[in-house]
Amino acid sequence: MSAALPPGIPVAAPHAHAGGSVRRVMAKVMLALLPATLYGFWLYGWPAFHLFMFTIMFALCGEAFALRLMRRPVAPMLLDGSALLTGWLLALSLPPWAPWWIGALGGLFATLVAKQLFGGLGHNLFNPAMIARVALLISFPVPMTLWVAPLPLGSVGAPDFVAGLQITLAGIPQLDAVTSATLLGHAKTELSRGIDLLHAAANAPALSYIGDRAGSLGETAALLIAGGGIALIFMGVISWHIPFAMLAGIALPAFIGHAIEPARYLDVATHLLSGAVLLGAFFIATDYVTSPNTRRGQLVFGAGCGLLTWLIRTYGGYPEGVAFAVLLMNALTPAIDRLVKPRIYGRDRKGKPREPAAAKT
Amino acid sequence: MGLIEKVFSLLEPAHWGVHPADRKRPAADVPVRGLPLPARLYVPLQQHIGAAARPVVLFGQTVLKGQLLAEAQGATSAAVHAPTSGIVSAIGDISAPHPSGLSFPAVTIEADGDDRWADAGIAVDPFGLPPQEVATRVAAAGVVGLGGATFPSALKLGLGLRAKIHTLIINGGECEPYLSCDDRLMRDAPDEIVDGIRIMLHATGATKALVGIEDNKPEAIAAMTAAARDFPAIRIASVPARYPMGSEKHLFSALTGQEVPADGRTTDLGALVHNVGTAWAVHEALRQGRPLVERIVTLNGGAIDMPGNIRVPVGALVADVLAFVGLKTEPARLVMGGPMMGNRLPHARVPVVKGTSGILALTANEAAQLDPGPCIRCSSCVRACPVGLLPLEMSARIGIDDLNGAVAFGLKDCIACGCCSFVCPSRIPLVHYFNHAKGELAAQGRAQLRNESAKRLAAARIERLARDTQEKAAAAARRKAERAAQKAAEKAAAGTTAAGAAAEAAQQASKEVVA
Repeated sequence: MSAALPPGIPVAAPHAHAGGSVRRVMAKVMLALLPATLYGFWLYGWPAFHLFMFTIMFALCGEAFALRLMRRPVAPMLLDGSALLTGWLLALSLPPWAPWWIGALGGLFATLVAKQLFGGLGHNLFNPAMIARVALLISFPVPMTLWVAPLPLGSVGAPDFVAGLQITLAGIPQLDAVTSATLLGHAKTELSRGIDLLHAAANAPALSYIGDRAGSLGETAALLIAGGGIALIFMGVISWHIPFAMLAGIALPAFIGHAIEPARYLDVATHLLSGAVLLGAFFIATDYVTSPNTRRGQLVFGAGCGLLTWLIRTYGGYPEGVAFAVLLMNALTPAIDRLVKPRIYGRDRKGKPREPAAAKT
Repeated sequence: MGLIEKVFSLLEPAHWGVHPADRKRPAADVPVRGLPLPARLYVPLQQHIGAAARPVVLFGQTVLKGQLLAEAQGATSAAVHAPTSGIVSAIGDISAPHPSGLSFPAVTIEADGDDRWADAGIAVDPFGLPPQEVATRVAAAGVVGLGGATFPSALKLGLGLRAKIHTLIINGGECEPYLSCDDRLMRDAPDEIVDGIRIMLHATGATKALVGIEDNKPEAIAAMTAAARDFPAIRIASVPARYPMGSEKHLFSALTGQEVPADGRTTDLGALVHNVGTAWAVHEALRQGRPLVERIVTLNGGAIDMPGNIRVPVGALVADVLAFVGLKTEPARLVMGGPMMGNRLPHARVPVVKGTSGILALTANEAAQLDPGPCIRCSSCVRACPVGLLPLEMSARIGIDDLNGAVAFGLKDCIACGCCSFVCPSRIPLVHYFNHAKGELAAQGRAQLRNESAKRLAAARIERLARDTQEKAAAAARRKAERAAQKAAEKAAAGTTAAGAAAEAAQQASKEVVA
């Protein structure tokens, strides 16, 4: 629907309103992301902060530019927080020490191409942050898979504000010193070399619940992300259906696979805590615009995201599959919405009026 | 229900409607006050669904309170009575209580201040009357559904007799926020309501009555339960407070666990729904012989100085009532009815009618401000919809004038309750879209009927013209054949009788003389 209703539309019922607004929804989501983000800043230091700022700034620039081109009101639509949130989610999924232009290109791509080209807020078929992440991954595979081990603020060798800015702007000095593989990447590499997981586990990076491992901001702070997501459910911003179905969609095949052949298949905990699974389940797949309307449809959608993630991770060419899985399910959302509709009062699921006899049961 | 359906219904419990802040108190707890009789009352002839009533009084005529001003006209209509004694000072158009501010006909009465009732006639025992006679008296008293729809009650009672009703559902839900006129009536006049229900049971032939009252009105539930204690046929049931519980089909479902089939009515399942206010009006009509000329109106909203329930004669101006309760500030919006489905009033110089449940003077903070943004597909509206529709999909279709697309998503099942607009974070006036689309469809339907009948007439004309030409051609051919036959006969005759020809000539000559 077009944003611009004619001014002075007649005042019609209802004369009361529940009080919610788009800006408030976005603010709640950002509030839920804040603990994980701050923790990530501490864990990876100033470069992570600088990359985050670059990504958001360019996401906002892309949005403002597109709104200006379309002659839409820039300030109110920029202030609804949706572009800010898109940039934020993208930044959480990037390697924390990636160069500034990764964040800049990603931010611009997310709002300008993935969102505004489709018609702006509410009209994009695919999740903008994930589109941008996948575009970056395919175009620039090296910087997008260069992960650093955590170097918390204040620890020995952690870059200060200026050094951090230099890393973001000019690249990482002494690359080998700090980079490290992620768990999923390590597993994929070893398997492709013909080494099974039982042997590979010896020199694998440890799975750390508190994030003491390489990965993106959203990955390492997995528990804080999950906490934020659960808070969102309690705030009523999202429902449990998509996260639950997505986590179950990964956990179930992972459990079965690992039980049958542990040398080939990673275990459940590794799957759930690695990559963008928790960020994806609670914050990405639950994106209103690109997920189904009905609770039932959301269960189907979430389960699909989970299952596809597991399939891509296990059999695909990339170690991580959340972004691809979410995008594939985004493409299916219109179909799900077409097939899964709520039952109308007095009608059966097919839309035929109920027989009075059937209604009496 | 299949297995998959069962699993899904466990994962996704049924829910509908919204829980707006009810804001009924403190207005609901203030005793009812009577409005001082205004000097002039404007009694509209159209206060009900159906055709306007036909005036039976004359300009300058003196009328008594309760005297018939206008009689029902047509199959669906209701009588209108004088709300006070006085003189008919005008019969003509006044502003209607509708956002359009359009005018409609009304009888204006200059009150004489005596407020003298017309002779009510001899009170009879309503249970001694045949059911049809009860309905007739309800019709004569001009009783209409006081829940808001204002459908003539007598017609509904008659329908009940024909449809073999076994259950009477009495709607004491009052799910609209701010309103408490039904609550107040149930607290103050439970015996009268229960008596009205018993009369309606008698009139419809139903064997039991279920009174549904939302659980946010404990005083009303207590009062009604006490009043109905001696009548086992009447059961008072508490239902959860949730909007739109007062919707006929939803209250029916909440009380009986059954669901009314789409395109059907509760009467198909043997139940008839009436409002508590209607039960009270039936009691007044049958026991006191008093027609419906006044009602309790809730005056509420942040701009009102002394909110509460006011007994108002039909035809009093909203301005009179507002002056009585006082205004703290200039209201940002005047609403007749509840905040969810009520109409914005263009100004306060419109009369209170039989269906006026409340008058709200809302401040700018209370009144929902519409500054619509784009739909973010949050599907809040999907979960709020009590009917199970997809408001976001319907409005997207209507936005591009694809009305048939919206119908495919169930537009015609929409009950216009406004839950979707209420919850929409983008503040899209969804229900306004649906009402617009329904009006547009109705207009299209009428235009189509007109077109079809024009087409039929045109086709008939073409057919008639073709038939005419054909008949003319046939007639011409026939005449030609006749003439040819005649000529042939004459030729044959001319050869044989010369004498005959001479005689004919003589005849011709004599004709010319006469001429």
